[in-house]
Amino acid sequence: MTDPASLGTAGPLAEASHDLVAGPAATTDGPERPRSLAADAWHDLRRRPLFLLSVGLIAVLLVLAAVPQLFTSVDPSAGDLARSRQAPSAQAWFGYDLLGRDVFARTIHGTRVSIIVGVLATTLTVLIGGSMGLLAGFYGGWIDGMLSRFADVFFGLPFVLGAIVILSTFRESVGAGPVGITALVVLTMSALSWPVTMRIMRSAAIAARNQDYVRAARGLGASAPRVIWRHMLPNCLAPVLVYATIALGAFIGTEATLSFLGIGLRDPVVSWGVMISEARDYLRVAPFLLLFPAAFLAVTVLAFVMLGDAVREAFDPKGR
Amino acid sequence: MGRYVLRRLVQLVPVFLGTTFLIYLLVWAIPGDPFAGKCGDRPCPDAYITRMRAEFHLDDNVVVQYARYLGNLVQGDFGQTFNGTSVGALIAAAYPVTVRLALVALLIEAVIGLAAGVLTGLRSGGYLDNLVLVSTLFLIAIPVFVTGYVLQTVLGLRLGLISPTVSPAAGFGELIVPGFVLGSLSMAYVARLTRTSIAENRRTDYVRTAVAKGLTPRRVVGVHLLRNSAIPVVTFLGVDLGSLMGGAIVTEGIFNIRGVGGLIFRSIQTKEGATVTGVVVLLVVVYLLMNLLVDVLYAVLDPRIRYD
Repeated sequence: MTDPASLGTAGPLAEASHDLVAGPAATTDGPERPRSLAADAWHDLRRRPLFLLSVGLIAVLLVLAAVPQLFTSVDPSAGDLARSRQAPSAQAWFGYDLLGRDVFARTIHGTRVSIIVGVLATTLTVLIGGSMGLLAGFYGGWIDGMLSRFADVFFGLPFVLGAIVILSTFRESVGAGPVGITALVVLTMSALSWPVTMRIMRSAAIAARNQDYVRAARGLGASAPRVIWRHMLPNCLAPVLVYATIALGAFIGTEATLSFLGIGLRDPVVSWGVMISEARDYLRVAPFLLLFPAAFLAVTVLAFVMLGDAVREAFDPKGR
Repeated sequence: MGRYVLRRLVQLVPVFLGTTFLIYLLVWAIPGDPFAGKCGDRPCPDAYITRMRAEFHLDDNVVVQYARYLGNLVQGDFGQTFNGTSVGALIAAAYPVTVRLALVALLIEAVIGLAAGVLTGLRSGGYLDNLVLVSTLFLIAIPVFVTGYVLQTVLGLRLGLISPTVSPAAGFGELIVPGFVLGSLSMAYVARLTRTSIAENRRTDYVRTAVAKGLTPRRVVGVHLLRNSAIPVVTFLGVDLGSLMGGAIVTEGIFNIRGVGGLIFRSIQTKEGATVTGVVVLLVVVYLLMNLLVDVLYAVLDPRIRYD
């Protein structure tokens, strides 16, 4: 999840989204009542072990993020240099870090920031990219040309490179508070990745624009905003949402990478990326410092990628 | 085809201008003193700052500065850092290393990814298929720096099989492990993409015809199936090479490779704006051209695609 390629995985996704768009609303044959595409996908999803597993994992993570106090009563920022880098023990399951802070407590509390960053960045990416893609696809012509070139400008920036430049430029101006630091990371990640969402949404919108239901709606005199909002949007959303699920996992990994480079989140924010970046200099003497946050990170990313995979397969009529 | 390429090249111009201007603005127009800390413990003397600001035209309007920069760039001049080193020379020293690393990574991900994808695509549902699916999931989920550190510690420090850091010369042999780390994520995508593509094309009519003609399985798979299934994979690999050339900042940092990623990271931290803009401009051009090349290659691989 470090390279721009990971966020630009438009390859497989674009393929999939194409099928999603082109695929007719699925109808089951036989005497059963025909179901909508979404209901069909839901029916299919409930039986997949992969889906159930990932949903279970995500549920646990959400509980961790919402109420970390349930799992640990130790203050994640309380340090005691006397116990610096002590190995895992019955008292502190994951050991203590350089400043003598409880790694278990920090890992549990770090869940919240990592998830919040992932969710906010995904939401922003979908909102910006989705609305621009919808407009570009619906209107076409010069609006499409202008918006597409504008997206190309951001798409042309390699992700990590762009992120480093933006983050180090605005580093001073956001101050030292946790909210400012987190907001800057979220904004940077969304600013560099919305073009992917836009392209997916745009191709979905172009396919939908010429469908009969859109023509019918326009023929009945519906205004452009109404056609976009009531008719195009519900029909173009599926591929973007599938992408968003996978991107959420990717964003959590990206946050860790940026923090690892020392330009993303930083103290006083507690996140897995911050912990990993603090651990890297002591890898040889205290590998557990890296192991636990990295394991939590990998499991979280895995859960979201698996969920995205399952949802994509369920929404793809060709796979049935 | 020629007209298509020409049209795409013309379309690249505004994108190029937009991206480079964006970077230029971010690097140069933000408040902050580029000469802070340049003179050791004491602040720089005013005379020095005045002279440097005049020499680098820092008091001009940023648009004027950008225009002047572009003018020099067209003549092949990347400008100078504050201590007088030519940015072009810095890039010329670092870029070959990055290109070598990118090529090694691309080779590894293409060979392993394609092999795994073809094997599992032909026999889906078996033990090997599940193994590849699960291991690719893990490759996708584990961040690159974790893979890098673990391999460096285990192979380099515990087992002593490789040198934990890469020498300044950075020959191909030394770059195998870093290349593997760098390409591991894309390797997973290549394997999955090939698998899906092969599994889809395996049931098509032309494959059935080829089998019915009595061709050997090797030829059916190697020529008929692979060529048709390779199209999405080639697209992915091309775009990926473009981004790999963009410098693998994390991998280069872990293995101490003197590539372009490390160069840009250091120059951002020391506020060497000329180096940052120079490298980013170069990388953006490479990235855009790679994308164009992929689209052209698309038509070569699949004669059904026509651009004119």
